[in-house]
Amino acid sequence: MSLSALTIHETRDRLRRGDITARQVTQAVLDRIAAVDGKVQAYLWLNPDDALRQAAAADVTKPLGGIPVALKDVINVTGQPCTCASKILQGYIAPYDAFVVRQLKAAGAVLLGRTNMDEFAMGSSTENSSWGTTRNPWDLARIPGGSSGGSAAAVAADEAIAALGSDTGGSIRQPAALCGCVGFKPTYGRVSRYGLVAFASSLDQIGPLTKDVRDCAMLLNVLAGHDALDSTSVPRPVPDYTAALGQDVKGLRIGLPKEYFIPGLDQEVEATVRAAVRQLESLGAEVVEISLPHSEYAVAVYYLIATAEASANLARFDGVRYGLRVAGDDVNDLYGNTRGAGFGPEVKRRIILGTYALSAGYYDAYYLRAQKVRTLIRQDFATAFQKCDVIVTPTTPEVAFKAGEKSADPLKMYLSDIFTISVNLAGICGISVPCGFVRKLPVGLQIIGPAFGEESVLRVAHAYEQATAWHKERPAL
Amino acid sequence: MNYETVIGLEVHVQIKTRSKMFCGCATEFGAAPNTRVCPVCLGYPGVLPVLNEEAIRKTILAGLMLGCTIARCSKWDRKNYFYPDMPKNYQISQYDLPLCTGGAVGSIRLTRIHLEEDVAKSFHFATTSGVDFNRAGTPLMEIVSEPEIRSPEAAFAYLTALKEILVAGGISDCDMEKGQLRCDANISVRPVGQTKFGPKVELKNLNTISGVRRALAYEAQRQMTALQKGEQIAQETRRWDDDAGKTVVMRTKEYAHDYRYFPEPDLMPVVISDAWLAEIRRDLKELPEARRRRFVAHYGLPEYDAGVLVANAAVADFFEKAAGQNPKAVANWIMSVSDITATPIQPAHLAELVAAIEAGRISSKQGKDVWAEMLATGQPPGAIIQKKGLAQVSDTGALEAFCDQAIAAHPKSVADYRAGNTAAINFLKGQVMKLSKGKANPQLVGEILARKLLGGES
Repeated sequence: MSLSALTIHETRDRLRRGDITARQVTQAVLDRIAAVDGKVQAYLWLNPDDALRQAAAADVTKPLGGIPVALKDVINVTGQPCTCASKILQGYIAPYDAFVVRQLKAAGAVLLGRTNMDEFAMGSSTENSSWGTTRNPWDLARIPGGSSGGSAAAVAADEAIAALGSDTGGSIRQPAALCGCVGFKPTYGRVSRYGLVAFASSLDQIGPLTKDVRDCAMLLNVLAGHDALDSTSVPRPVPDYTAALGQDVKGLRIGLPKEYFIPGLDQEVEATVRAAVRQLESLGAEVVEISLPHSEYAVAVYYLIATAEASANLARFDGVRYGLRVAGDDVNDLYGNTRGAGFGPEVKRRIILGTYALSAGYYDAYYLRAQKVRTLIRQDFATAFQKCDVIVTPTTPEVAFKAGEKSADPLKMYLSDIFTISVNLAGICGISVPCGFVRKLPVGLQIIGPAFGEESVLRVAHAYEQATAWHKERPAL
Repeated sequence: MNYETVIGLEVHVQIKTRSKMFCGCATEFGAAPNTRVCPVCLGYPGVLPVLNEEAIRKTILAGLMLGCTIARCSKWDRKNYFYPDMPKNYQISQYDLPLCTGGAVGSIRLTRIHLEEDVAKSFHFATTSGVDFNRAGTPLMEIVSEPEIRSPEAAFAYLTALKEILVAGGISDCDMEKGQLRCDANISVRPVGQTKFGPKVELKNLNTISGVRRALAYEAQRQMTALQKGEQIAQETRRWDDDAGKTVVMRTKEYAHDYRYFPEPDLMPVVISDAWLAEIRRDLKELPEARRRRFVAHYGLPEYDAGVLVANAAVADFFEKAAGQNPKAVANWIMSVSDITATPIQPAHLAELVAAIEAGRISSKQGKDVWAEMLATGQPPGAIIQKKGLAQVSDTGALEAFCDQAIAAHPKSVADYRAGNTAAINFLKGQVMKLSKGKANPQLVGEILARKLLGGES
């Protein structure tokens, strides 16, 4: 087996025993990328020499010493491009490190390269990238999910030991589910957003994409923490998340929201998820039915709040200070030309939607109303968590779809995130772990915890993973 | 028909802080373009704002000085519009929950005071434009008055008083040349007696306080003339052209911005605790008007002197430290220079100088020499007096000898005096001063001479 197929903890154990060197690990991953990325197209940018240099200098006694990690192209690393898969950031080289990058460097990780995504994290298939579509390693005719599709595909195809993604409405969990890996969206405020190019500031959160739950906990140990540069980051001590692993789930109450098992949910996906729930039950968990009554409004609320925030967040891309500039007769012309040429159609659609939702005369009916419903959704979860410790749902309503299948119908595409969006709106945490296959394609089980309930979520996810072997399946490439 | 002018002012004041509103860059004026910038104040992708607590503190302090109600919870909003001097193309400002509401400057009530970030500065060259982002992100306070100002002169007085208060509180230096105080005005006119406001015109580019007065006077007249001709006043934004001395249309109502304010998701609301408010209250400075009144009542200064001293808070502080037993004399010395705090003179030294003159240790004329030396060297007057040997001779033994010498040498003057020409004593006094090399205490000399001449001593 190639070293590229190892998990973080397997790699670390071998590195510490001296069986292998960090350089060998990075070289193996680079070889794997050279072999398969022509098909998968997970990466946008690689610097093999630099990666090998980092590996050669890595201190393997550090928490992630010598572990090659891929970054979604939305996280700033000094001296690297950061295009957000958008033409508008063509030529931009980041002048600073994101908080998570500083953490990774301090932990000894090797920053491998930058992965593909939907432009500005807007999308559920990675088809909205300006630089080409990433393919699902399980079926190259299908999409890997999105927006962190490049990171999920890279991990699934052993093109990285682990990767970082960002999740605004499901952008880590949904591609993790569709590619058969583990993806975690931490509680809002748990991981600093400093250096993450903002899509929707009140929803965005960086998180890990890994090959198993232990890796997820190890990476989270490094990413989590308070950052004075992010005023929404929460000053709360970071526990050792790996301590939550290996505990049983006896007596733990697992909530099943009745609103999540709906028409539109693929029957085989539902059957797979229900089997996973039975598995948890057999491990001693207690299953309780719960209700999240405002779930049906989540997608609508999300597409008002996220687009409103995005309309302001993306205003800075104007051709004046960095990135693409398309000249014009006057400054308004320059704005129009630059943004017209720089942004793709989905980004433009969302900027227009968000601008509309904030406009005089519409603000109350759209943005303000959406904020009120958001509060109700948050309260739904607060009420539900009085009855249960974690909530279990399908991560997605169906398995990976074919490239081009939904790109003409934005609404259909938006529904891919119907089960993940509420978690962002409520600011709580959720993981997707592999729980089986439908028509040879991976299915994800979503486990949701309350705010700062990372340990409960990891505990249940790990117990499930220990009892099953789905996470060990690898695509044939 | 008689018309009444209705004016409301929006004053932007740069707050005196070391660093910018949301990042650690220095706020200094005059640095080379784009040298006081970082990814945050340049609006780079992925950066986040962090609040400057000192800017909030000083805004609250200004609110307390102006009698505002201080919010217990205040939040931040994004104001969206595209302009090259705006790094993010939105400004972080405060929309519906500003830090301060109410309050007044004199009799003019305030609507609110909120905190926001300043924009960059654009420069236009022959074929290109440039933006200097050094100023971008400087903390900026916006003070909005009610439309209660009724004349350009009243606007002038309002601005002068406001500036004085903010300077006194150490909140801003309010240097208009450096753009630290900028003003927009809303002005309308209406027939006297009408309660409804006329359509308002917003005036921009008012760069000096006297410019504000000129612009308002011009605009009020323009509107009245138009109304008299039966024309309608358009609600619009006009720019003051100071060279031409008139206002010109910038944009009409149809092109008014929709700023699409919404809550800033990158910042938490500010909660102002009782403890913090009490702490800020301890820094509360006396308002200039109250201080002027106190200077008159307590130190017995003329109104004029009190006004001059209080106009500069640091000068007034200097005065209070030096005032001592003869405040009027201290005030005179202070007012003889443009800014005492810019000289090396210490308050205690000035007090010492005044006391030395008062006690007759040196003459007033010598005092002026000592003062000149103090200005030049910053040395205490005692050391200067000693070094220059200026101390007056008040030792009566030595003075008696000088007087005897003068009387013996000038019998004619003695005779004149005794014959009734009392002015002749002045000549003799002069001689004594000469003998003592100017150090004799003139008052004592006069007394001794008179005694000797009248007593018939010779």
